[in-house]
Parts: sequence; structure tokens; C-alpha cells
Amino acid sequence: MIHSLFLINNAGDLFLEKHWKSVISRSVCDYFFEAREKAVEPDNVPPVIRTPHHYLINIYREKIFFVSVIQTEVPPLFVIEFLHRVAETFQDYFGECSESTIKDNVVIVYELLEEMLDNGFPLATESNILKELIRPPTILRSMVNTITGSSNVGETLPTGQLSTIPWRRAGVKYTNNEAYFDVVEEIDAILDKSGTTVFAEIQGVIDACVKLSGMPDLTLSFMNPRLLDDVSFHPCVRYKRWESERVISFVPPDGNFQLMSYHISAQNLVAIPVYVKQNISFFETGSSGRLDITVGPKQTMGKTVEGLVVTVHMPKVVLSANLNATQGTYNYDPVTKILVWDIGKLNPQKLPNLKGSLSLQSGAPKPEENPSLNIDLKIQQLAISGRLGSFISVGCDSLPAGPCDKALLLLTLF
Amino acid sequence: DSPKNKNSMIARGKNASDLFPAVVKNVACKNIEVKKLVYVYLVRYAEEQQDLALLSISTFQRGLKDPNQLIRASALRVLSSIRVTIIVPIMMLAIKEAASDMSPYVRKTAAHAIPKLHSLDPEQKDQLIEVIEKLLADKTTLVAGSVVMAFEEVCPDRIDLIHKNYRKLCNLLIDVEEWGQVVIINMLTRYARTQFLNPNVNESLLEENSEKAFYASDDEEEEDKKAEPATLAKRKPYVMDPDHRLLLRNTKPLLQSRNAAVVMAVAQLYFHLAPKAEVGIIAKALVRLMRSHSEVQYVVLQNVATMSIKRRGMFEPYLKSFYIRSTDPTQIKVLKLEVLTNLANETNISTILREFQTYIKSMDKDFVAASIQAIGRCATNIGEVRDTCLNGLVQLLSNRDELVVAESVVVIKKLLQMQPEQHSDIIKHMAKLIDNIQVPMARASILWLIGEYCEHVPKIAPDVLRKMAKSFTNEEDIVKLQIINLAAKLYLTNSKQSKLLTQYVLNLAKYDQNYDIRDRARFIRQLIVPTDKSGALSKYAKKLFLALKPAPVLESPFKDRDHFQLGSLSHLLNAKAAGYQELPNWPESAPDPSVRNVEVITLLERVTTLTSIPDWSKCSSRKDRKEKKVEKPFYSDSEGESGPTESADSGNCGGGKEKKEEAGQDQSKEASRGECREVEQSSSAEDRKRGRKAVKNQKSASESESESESSESEEESEEESEEESESDTNVRKKKTPVLKQPPKQSKKESKKETQEMSLLDLDDYEPAPASASVTPVNFLSSSLVSDLEGLSLTDTILAPTTLAPSGSIKMYELLHRIKGEGLAVEYCFSRQPFSPEPNMVAVQIQFTNNTNSETKNLHIEDPRLQSGMRIREFAEIDVLAAGESVTVVMGIDFCDSTQAANFQLCTHTRKFFVSIQPPVGELMTPAFLTENDFKKEQGERTSALSRFNTHSCPSDCSFSSKHLSFFSFYVAVSL
Repeated sequence: MIHSLFLINNAGDLFLEKHWKSVISRSVCDYFFEAREKAVEPDNVPPVIRTPHHYLINIYREKIFFVSVIQTEVPPLFVIEFLHRVAETFQDYFGECSESTIKDNVVIVYELLEEMLDNGFPLATESNILKELIRPPTILRSMVNTITGSSNVGETLPTGQLSTIPWRRAGVKYTNNEAYFDVVEEIDAILDKSGTTVFAEIQGVIDACVKLSGMPDLTLSFMNPRLLDDVSFHPCVRYKRWESERVISFVPPDGNFQLMSYHISAQNLVAIPVYVKQNISFFETGSSGRLDITVGPKQTMGKTVEGLVVTVHMPKVVLSANLNATQGTYNYDPVTKILVWDIGKLNPQKLPNLKGSLSLQSGAPKPEENPSLNIDLKIQQLAISGRLGSFISVGCDSLPAGPCDKALLLLTLF
Repeated sequence: DSPKNKNSMIARGKNASDLFPAVVKNVACKNIEVKKLVYVYLVRYAEEQQDLALLSISTFQRGLKDPNQLIRASALRVLSSIRVTIIVPIMMLAIKEAASDMSPYVRKTAAHAIPKLHSLDPEQKDQLIEVIEKLLADKTTLVAGSVVMAFEEVCPDRIDLIHKNYRKLCNLLIDVEEWGQVVIINMLTRYARTQFLNPNVNESLLEENSEKAFYASDDEEEEDKKAEPATLAKRKPYVMDPDHRLLLRNTKPLLQSRNAAVVMAVAQLYFHLAPKAEVGIIAKALVRLMRSHSEVQYVVLQNVATMSIKRRGMFEPYLKSFYIRSTDPTQIKVLKLEVLTNLANETNISTILREFQTYIKSMDKDFVAASIQAIGRCATNIGEVRDTCLNGLVQLLSNRDELVVAESVVVIKKLLQMQPEQHSDIIKHMAKLIDNIQVPMARASILWLIGEYCEHVPKIAPDVLRKMAKSFTNEEDIVKLQIINLAAKLYLTNSKQSKLLTQYVLNLAKYDQNYDIRDRARFIRQLIVPTDKSGALSKYAKKLFLALKPAPVLESPFKDRDHFQLGSLSHLLNAKAAGYQELPNWPESAPDPSVRNVEVITLLERVTTLTSIPDWSKCSSRKDRKEKKVEKPFYSDSEGESGPTESADSGNCGGGKEKKEEAGQDQSKEASRGECREVEQSSSAEDRKRGRKAVKNQKSASESESESESSESEEESEEESEEESESDTNVRKKKTPVLKQPPKQSKKESKKETQEMSLLDLDDYEPAPASASVTPVNFLSSSLVSDLEGLSLTDTILAPTTLAPSGSIKMYELLHRIKGEGLAVEYCFSRQPFSPEPNMVAVQIQFTNNTNSETKNLHIEDPRLQSGMRIREFAEIDVLAAGESVTVVMGIDFCDSTQAANFQLCTHTRKFFVSIQPPVGELMTPAFLTENDFKKEQGERTSALSRFNTHSCPSDCSFSSKHLSFFSFYVAVSL
């Protein structure tokens, strides 16, 4: 299974290594560097690299390459999934997963890696258990630790690993029992030049923050489960119950987790909330171009569109952009050739517009085609899938008699 | 020095080994963090400083005896991680001890330690296999994943170790942690490939058969069979092994896992094992993975590409999910193109081509090149669009981007080779291009085209050669070779115009730096230029050069990858990785399925180990929880509805009942544990037949009660008849009506076992009702008996069968003797169709009058039922004499719910409120099926279930539950 792990930053510095079996020289990473160089973009590094004696499986996250060394046959997804889990754990512990935080917390990182794998086979990957083993750092605790000399390592050993519910720690107690569910939906759509939808789908996740005492057993049901095209669950969800009754029944982990993700692919259902009028043209002579983009609301169901960001991947020959935005700020990165226009809130009365000229590399031929636009936006309090509707009823099957007899369940939807 | 510093040194890859002695001293430190850090350090450097590492061993040995399971586990973990050969015996001992530890967590650690020891000292393999065998028998989900991992690493070829644990693994699978699931599923895929038959072997036959069988009654079926013995003899109809089905069914929900590796593992299992019709369900899950991280996408797309070649239809509905986004990394784009190309067919080609057209405009040049190649492949595969594609490609020739043009040239060359006659103008057009195009591959392609079809362009060809001869020295090698080729071909067809040019080119080539070119020139000169001593070959030169060449077949690079297990590293690399286990081919005939049968006693043992784990529960509440867990395995439980199916396929349910009851008992844990161990050991020596019996036993265990007559010989003969039926499917067909009996028979056979089991503390078994001999209804209708007689069965078998009382059917008390003032009423579910109303469950009620006076006018009054439920009362009993008992049958339609039916039972003097609540298992209709019927029904069942899911109207409800019963019953029979 997983032999060693190397963390490499974008600049190609190897800043952490961990071996679960015998030590493998870091020179094995030379093969990775070679591939990295060939790929130009960090995205294009092949996830699996073959070397004479080892296989390198790597992921790229938060500007860090997680490179694992494999010696024998193992499902590549197994390793990839695990590496992502490692990155998520770091994020969970330190708030972000970056080179500096990892370097700052190198001891905790090391302890975590030690607990997560045994002899290359995953041991404890649930954050609930890990947090019992190794407490996440907080400012207060690190202060107390330096004064008293105590440590981040849990004094008592976790019990979660022993139960049949490995994702939940035992003995949880809250004075306020609450559970929050957030439904986050994303539309993924490809529009062609004329604005017709080529492809659209909705992806949703339900994030939960459950703070309930004891061993609560929750159920969550949908008004219209038929809409859900495809779902995947946190392991705490009972699959059989879902299959037979379309009810999500689970004993939640403590704290934040992603309960489920779903997918709705009905094309006609998807109403794209904004429209974009764009006109990007390049002149045959004079090595310049013109850009004119207007964004307007389409079907927002009375809600305001927020966090609107338009990203344009410009052709390579575009050197700089001299634009004028009626709203928000724009930024053109001449290295990556990406134009980002951060609009913010969409005002339906006064439509934001970005206009101006582009200067091209002189002598280079006119770019062949118009660049593609990516639009990101946020709408609070609206589920695009619409008909899934006001749907969640949470039943508490067995709430233990905690400090308060009747558990208070708060729901925040969307 | 704080150990923290040292570890950060390790993390940065610096050598901290000179501090070793100082650190090792800390190993006995009380502070847990220091201890852990020291462990990390120790494990890292022990290999280099073996002697010093030995100093710490005693600490761990002490730890191994610690009363706290977690300390035992961590001691074992570190001990086994120290790679020092001297301590191998100590490790071996520790592992063996830990493997029989009471805590499953320690056993899990032991399983983890096995591969460590194996890699340190492979000579221990045999001993380790013993440990693995022992741990494989473990019933906890915690251990399962780890031990299978150890199995895969140490002895993946010992498939025989899996047999006994196969069903258990299947049933536990859903509760195992994610990583273990992946390993287990991969292993089971391999296992299934060796043990079961290929479900796709004779699909066509199956289809036509089931078509008929669905409408045919049993008798007609019989005739059908006779009518087509020829076909049957030729090809045995495929019957899926119930264990095979079990695996497929238990892995299916895992497609919903959040872990991509699990989903992929299930997908490959279905791809390799499932019947064609069922493979489709994995497509949706795989498409879902495409929304994950790009690395995940990369791996998934590789696998989808392979699958889409073999099972194109599977992904067609998801075509649009493979459309390329401008933000995808190039490698993902190329893979998506591959999939799109594989999916292209006559119906969707126009949309795909339109997509491709947009792709060509992309800025990513590698991707554009790949798109053009994809168009070329579509054109070769789908004849109708060949001309369209060709035209499109020709248009691309005027593209300003040289790379696009070059790539198009290469692709056009391949396409033209298929039908050169009609396209001489394209060739002419391309000949003009040669002045501009610099990409060697494209130039070479054009030259080849002109040379090959120089007869179509007689005027241009020599001119091109002239130009090329001029620039010969500056060309790339690949172009030079093609120039020589062109020269040779022209020389042969048109020697008048090109003789000198050819000579010139050959002379240039003669002094080229590249020996390939020199060789080629020499060879061609000998071959074509007539000299005095030119060999016989030169006569055939024209044939050699201008032979009709077969058009190249453009095929996917993923074409033959499916001989690797999908989802594996080897598949991804298209090369065998170290330690890759070949996916075996399906066997010709299935190995004996009975090897997978297990004894029931081991199940009991599991219960005791689980409940008797000491020092887990410091607080009683947790203990309670744990015991609850034992009753209901956490999420493999299904709150009712899947209960019957489960019981049918593995017999777990029977065990489960006992479990529950036993868990409630307060018993000296240690003692009972030891006892069970002994029993288990002795029973494991039992022969195969016993094992078979035991399985039946499990099924009946939940309701087994004491029995009357049954003789050993009868058992034997029954066994034999069943065995025959299993070995020969044809025979089985004929016997299907007979095979109805096994459940009943088995109950009889269970008698012996029951007694044996009661040696254990099974006082929770139902006390035998005094009147067990009351035969409820006629178990076998007379027509059935005559059916049976028609078959070649001996009377010895028949006799006990017809007599077979349903004594083992559980009697429930409806009215106690005292409460009923002397009238005792018991009821049972006779499991017979209730003839007046097929929807109703037949409830057999037995009245016993214990008073010394007559009871009169026994009847039902005032039923209070849930909506939809109905009762068909029994005919009023006029008189029940003192001491007498009488049995009647009533029908209740429970509407497939487990709601109780309440009603009043009236005598001439009194009224009693009673209620009948059905256990889930009793709501089934028994149905008798042949295999083909079963197949058909099963298909129906899945569709019915899905309908059930969407509409959930009552009629569908009952439909599906009835079909469930088909299934469970079928399994019961085939065991």
C-alpha cells in the first residue's frame, strides 16, 4: 500500500516527508519533477507516474503536491482518495491547508499522518476520531501548552474506533442541542454562443453541523425524493433505509460534515439565473481587440444575485487589457491570460458592464476564436432545483435524555 | 532536547539518528505525547540502530499484557513496525496472542501487523497464514477489512481460506470501514471469478426460455422442457449461484458511497461479474465521480474508456456528461474525447461531431490534435459520416494553425486510404500544401499519399518529387524515408520522367548520416534499378511497392485493456504492476458451492465474543449501547423489510434471533466464551454434509422446536436427492415441485442439531408446545402428492414428507388458559396460501378447551383493523367439548404491514379482546418456481421495486413483497 508521502510546493521544494515502511530516498521525486516540468501547468501532471521501481501517485491541492510512493499494485483511486482525505484533515485542523500552516504545525501533521496510516493501510481517517487522538491547535491551547507543558495529544484514548459507529465520538454532551443543515446547490451549465443551454445539471450537497448529545438517531426526508437523480452519502447513512423508503436515517458524527451530495440532471428544470451579452472581437490589423460584456438577471425568482464573478480565459496573444467596469473590479493576469471581473451584487436596475480594448502581441495572427466565459454566482435562500422545495423534516428517533429533555432542532435551509 | 524537534527533523528528511540513545530512554515516559513522538522516532531509526532499538522491546512486551486494549494495540503496532530481524519470534508470538485477543481492536492491529512481519521475514509465511485463517473467521467489521488486506498481501492465492467466510464477508461488507471495503470488494471479485459461472454465457437462450416460462404453468413448463431437450442438452441454462447474487446485491448500495475508491471497486465488480443487464447501474455512479477532483476524474475516465468499448450502451444516456469544459486539464480533455469517440454511433454522431467542431477551436493545441484524431476515428467507424468528416477535415487544411493542418493531413491520409479513387482532388490539394507545412509527420503523410496514389495524380507526382529532391538534405528522417519511397514508386510507374530524379535522391541518401536511410537507399536501388546481376526480386518490385495496402484501423488505445482488473494500477498503466493478481477467467463449470456453507455454531460464538468483551464499558450506558448493536448490526439492519431476504440467503437471521435473546442473558462471560470455543473447534472438524445440514438448520433455527420422529436414514436419502438436484440442473427442473419440501425437511433434521445446541446455554429456546403434533391443514394438497408420485422418487422419501407436521412452526399464544377461563387459544402462520382470498395470510388457530364444560359458539366479532386490512373469519364453532381441541383457519389481509389485527373472540358466555400481530417473515406468500420463472420474476422484481420507490402506492407494495418471497424461497430451495 502507501509507502511514503512527500509534500512538495509549487516551486518544487520538498518540505515534508513521511515513511510508513522502510525509508525511501527522496531522490525518487526526481521522476515527479521531470513530469512536473513536462506538464507546464500543475493541473496537467499525470496523477500516476511510473518509475523503474516505484509508482508515484500524486494529487495537487492548495498549491501543494501530495506525492505518495507505491511499490505494489493498489487501486489508484484508493490512494488518491486517501490523499484528498489527508488534505481535508489538514484543512479541518488548521483552517487551511497551505505550506506555511503545515510547516508551522509540523509535529501535529506528523502525528496525524502517523495515526492515519499503519503500514501504509488507512487506520483512522474520521475526523471525529482523529480529534480525540490529537486535539486541533487553538491559540488558547497553544498558550496553555507552552505554560503548563501539556500537549495536544489526547490524554484518554478514543473509544470511537472501537464502536460500530466509528465516525462518532462517544460521550458527547451539549447544553444546547442543535443541528443545522445547509443545502448548497450548484448549476453546472454549458451555453453556446447564442445562449442556448447545451448541457446543464444541478449538483447539491447537504452540509450539516450537528451538535447533539449522546447517540442521536436522525431521519431526514424529502418532499420529493424522485427529483434526486443520483446521491452519495456519508458512511453514517443507512443505505437500505434509503433504498426502501427514500428516507435518510443516520447517526451523525459530531460537528461539521457533509451528509450527502446529490445530482439533478433534468435539463429543462434548470433555469439559468443570469444572462450575459458578450462581444469580444479582435481586429485584423493593429493588433488590438475590443471587449464588451454585460450581465443581467434572467430568472432569479426575486432573489438577489451575489458574488458574481466573470472569468475569461483569453487567447495567448492578448498582452494586456484596458477596460472600464461600471461595477466591481477587474484584473487581468498576463501570465495565465485570465481576466477576472469581480462584480459582486447584481443590480437589476443598473446592469454591470465591462468595456474596453485589448492589446495583442504585435505581429501575431489574430486569435482564431472567442474565448470562453465562466460565470460564478451565488444566490442565497434559493434552491435552483426548486421543486425539491421546502422539504426537510428532521425526526429525532432517539435523543438521549440530556440536559434538556426535548431537543431543540434548528433548521437553516439553503 | 524535546522530541518535537527531532521529529521535525525527520519530517524534513534530516538525519537525527545520532540522538537515538537519548531518545530511546524516553520510551517509558509517562507523557503520552512524548511517548508517541518517541515511537515515531524509534520506528524511523530502529532499522539503522538495531542494538539500541532492542532496549525498548521490553517496554512493548509489557504493554502487550496491559489490561487496556488500546495500550495493547499500540504496543503491538509499534513492536511490529520495528524492522529488526532479531525480534521476529517475539513479533510472531505477539501477533498470535493478539489474534485471539478479546478486543476486536487488538485483533485488528494484529491483522495489520501480519504484512509487516511478512515483509520483514517471508519465511514466517506459513505461520502467518494460520493467523490469517483464524482472523478471517472473525465476525467483527473492525477486523474484516484489515485481515483481508493482510490476506491480499501475504497469500492472495489461498482462495480456499475464503470459502467459509465468503457469505459472512458479503453480509458484513456494508458495515466495514471504507478502506476495508475497497480491499474486500477487489478480493471478492477475484474470488467470484474462480467460483461462479459466467452469467453472460448463454444469454440468448435464457431470454427465449424465460419468455415462455413466464406465462406457462408448471405443467406446461414440463412439456416445454420435453419439447426442447435438444437445446437444453446442448447448453445448460445458466443459473446464478445464490452466493453470486448475494455478492452483487450486497455491494450495490455501496455505489452510493462518498468514497470514490469504493464506488470504483463496486463498479469494477459489476463490470466483471454481473449479468449484462445489470451492469448499467454503475454508469450513473461513475458519472457522478466525474464531478470530483481532477485526479479522480482522470482515473475514472480511464476506466470508463475501457468499459465504453465493451458496453457502449451503458454510458450513452450520459453522453453529455463527457462534454469537455474549457477549464478541464488537458489530460482530462483527451480522455473525455476518447470516451466520446467510443460512444459515437449512427444516432448521436451528428451531435458529437458538432461538439468536436467547437473543440477544434480550442486554444489547447494538444487537445485540438486529439480532437482531429477523434474525428478521424469516428469517420472510420461510422461509414455514413465519412464524407462529412473528410470534408470537414479538408476545410481544416486551410486553417492558419500549422499544427491543426498537420494533424488533419495525417488523419486524412488514413481516411483516404479507404477509398482513394474518389478523392484525387483532395490529394492534389494536399500536394500543394507541401510547400507550406513544416511538421515532419504531415509532410511524410502527404508524400506517402502521393506515392501510393501516383496513378491518380500522374502530373503532380513527379513535380513534387522534384521539389523534395531539392530540399532532401534539410528534411527530417521520417520525411527522407518517404521521399525515397515516393521516388521508388514513381520510378516503377513513370520511369521516363523520374528516372534521373530517383537516381539523384538515392545518391543523396547513400551518404546520409542516418543508417536507416542509407540502408533503405541501398535496398531500393538493388530492387528497382535494373542491373546485370539484379536478382529475381526486381521482377516483383512493382508488386512489392504498389500492392494494395489494407487501410489502417483506427482503434482506441483502450481496446484490450480490459484483461486487467478495472480500477487497478495495472489497468491504468496498461502494464502489470508488481503484486498484481491476475483476474482469472470464468471456470467452465462451477466448483462445489457447498464449500461456502458454515456451521451455525460459529455464529453463536460470535455473539458471545461480542457481548463478553470486558473492560469496554466503563459506564453502563455505553454497555447498553453495545449490546443493542449486537442485536442489530448497525447499518446492515434494514428495519424490517429486507429481513426475510437476508435470512434466506445466509441464515444470519436465525442466528440473529438467538443473538438477541442471548445478549439479554446474564452469564459468566469468560466461561461461556471458553465453552463456545470448544464447541466451535470440535464442530469445525465436521464433514461437509454436516455443514450443509447446519445451514438449513440456521434457517429453521429461529422457529425450531422439539421434534418427533426422524431417522438418520431418511436424512441421508433426502440429502442425496438434493445433492443430485444440485449437481444436475436438468434433473432439478423436473424435481422442482419436490424441492418445495426442504425447508420442512430441514426442520426435522434440525432436531439433532437443536439438541446439540442446547448443550450451550440456549435455554431461551421456545419450550416445546405440548401439542406440537397438531397438523395444521394439509401440508401437501392431494394433487401435489400425486405430482410427487409421478416423479421417480422412492416412497421412503415421500412418506415422511407427507407426514411432515409443521410442528416446527412457531405457535403464538392468542389467549392464555387462565385469562380465557379455561379456553386456550394459540395461533400460528401455517404458511399456506389462503385459498378463498389469495391476498390474505392464513392464520391457523387452535382452540383448546381446558374446562370441564362445553364451550359454545366460538366466533369472531367486532374486528378493529387498520385501514385497508381485512379479515375473513372462520366458520363459527358450535360446540367445543371439554378437553377437546379444534383447529380452524382464518385469513387476514395485513396489507403488508406489521400492524396488529385486533378483534374479539366470543364464546357463548364471554368476549375476549385479542390481537394477532404478524412477524414480517410471515407476510409472505410461498410460491414455487422453476429457475426460469425465477429469473423472470427476479427481473420483474427489480422493476417492481423501482416502481415501488417512485410511486409507493399500496398495490405496488404488496407486489414487491410478494416477489421478495419468490426470491427467498428460491434460495431456500437451492441450498
